Amino acid sequence: MELRGKAHTFGDDINTDYIISGKYKFRTLDMNELGKHVMEDLDPDFSSKVRPGDFLVAGKNFGCGSSREQAPRALLASGIRAVLARSFARIFFRNAINCGLAVIECDTSRIESGDELVIDFSSGEVSDLSNGEIVVARPLPTIMIRILEEGGLIPYFKKYGTFQEV
Amino acid sequence: MGKTISEKIFSEKTGRSVTAGDLVIADIDMAMGQDGTTPLAIRSFQEMNGQGVFDPKKIALVIDHNAPSPLEAVSELHDQIRHFADKYGLRIFDAGCGICHELMVSEGLVVPGDLVIGADSHTCTYGALGAFSTGVGSSELAAVMIAGKLWFKVPESIRVILEGRLPKGVYSKDVALALAAEIGADGANYQALEYSGPVVDALSVEERLTLTNMAVEMGAKAGLMAPDEKTRQWLSSRINKPCRLIAPDPDAVYAREVRLDCSRLTPRVALPHQVDTVVPIEEVGEVPIRQAFLGTCTNGRTVDFQVAASILYGRSVHPSVRLIAAPASRAVFLEAVRKGWAETIVQAGGMLVTPGCGPCVGTHQGVPGDGWNVISTANRNFKGRMGNNKAFIYLASPATVAVSAITGRITDPRGFLA
Repeated sequence: MELRGKAHTFGDDINTDYIISGKYKFRTLDMNELGKHVMEDLDPDFSSKVRPGDFLVAGKNFGCGSSREQAPRALLASGIRAVLARSFARIFFRNAINCGLAVIECDTSRIESGDELVIDFSSGEVSDLSNGEIVVARPLPTIMIRILEEGGLIPYFKKYGTFQEV
Repeated sequence: MGKTISEKIFSEKTGRSVTAGDLVIADIDMAMGQDGTTPLAIRSFQEMNGQGVFDPKKIALVIDHNAPSPLEAVSELHDQIRHFADKYGLRIFDAGCGICHELMVSEGLVVPGDLVIGADSHTCTYGALGAFSTGVGSSELAAVMIAGKLWFKVPESIRVILEGRLPKGVYSKDVALALAAEIGADGANYQALEYSGPVVDALSVEERLTLTNMAVEMGAKAGLMAPDEKTRQWLSSRINKPCRLIAPDPDAVYAREVRLDCSRLTPRVALPHQVDTVVPIEEVGEVPIRQAFLGTCTNGRTVDFQVAASILYGRSVHPSVRLIAAPASRAVFLEAVRKGWAETIVQAGGMLVTPGCGPCVGTHQGVPGDGWNVISTANRNFKGRMGNNKAFIYLASPATVAVSAITGRITDPRGFLA
């Protein structure tokens, strides 16, 4: 599988309150509504800049904070297809896979906003077409690949009804 | 090779000897959801074609984050939780009962050696009792409610040794903040913290919960302590089953060791907007405050109300400050009434709100105004955390919060203690 999209860059320690503020998530389960507010405390125009299929690129500890699954789901609803970061907070990382949002742990230091990126999931390579550089992502554990391949935990559970041996 | 507490619990739950790094599927002893995460879990449960729950006695739902409801839409979500609990016979704690993490431990739903998941990041709190407890998302809560198990990577552990003795005016919250500064907001990512040392031994169970509560603020999957006689005693009135103690092996293998000499510690303050940007209170400078908040799953327990009330007794909250106090549970509230702490707080000019999460997450009850400085006993000071991204949140101990409420600026509590 290959994905191609444009990068929107942010810094280190992007927490779940920045991704989607608590003041919205307690009111509604409508992800399209939440998608309009993603990242707005850091960039009020963010959701209007995203084109479907774009990537969010960040530094270390992306998704720290709350366990709210609304964070990856609202990112998906905003059109973001994958998040690339130097490292992820663990609950967000699991939630993203469970929602079918691709999370790629790799060196993101040379990627700039607006760069065109291609992610090759079979080789784990991220190519930056704008600066010609290629970085290799850290591979996922097998169970996460299986959940992602099914499209997330809901379709996985619909199919198997429980967790398959790892 | 010896095992850490985490490795011992996962070995027991999987029926084989496992070590850090192993991927396992393990049986869950308790699962918890709160009102911010459960409605989405119910929807996931339905979309997964869930026909029933694995064991209604092992699931608890708590309406605490946005309770009582400030909006029709929220009431509707609360109704969904209520109906789901009624349909499957689950234990539910409705608005007014208190905060999920306080209830899980004080109602005896967690015992040493348990494996617990909760759809809230501060589920790591129960590690103070010697349980492996960790936060998950809504879909994983749904999966656990159906199957009773979840996959885990057995984490490496960081051994945290808290040496010395806490000086007067320095509390477990100050230790938690000092550790966040030492380890960093992602320094324990994917790992477990295992706390030990004379300071842990000397702390009450309530004070220990403050430490493990903040493990996730360092990225940790769990924060654990070996339970002791104090734990057994504390649990004895809450559980009706035997309490089995669990301890790490002397030759357990740790990823690394962090030692903190607490004897020389002074009160600590986390500056906006990062929990690991922590300074000794002497270095805070002149910070006038508009709001002070006592409460949350970190510091809303009886010991915290006792400390705050002892400082507020006979004194007045500064005229430009709003002091909001939210007891962590109905039991804490009642204790505050019985002991006169509630009267002291209100008499001083503060206000008490419903037992629960209060203003911490910014959904109701005490959203700060633009440019306000807030001093809070909570665990997070992210920008926008309390509902306004133009406010500035400082984190400190209940003593520092109470003293600052009186003086109107962030103040060292040590000069105010009897």
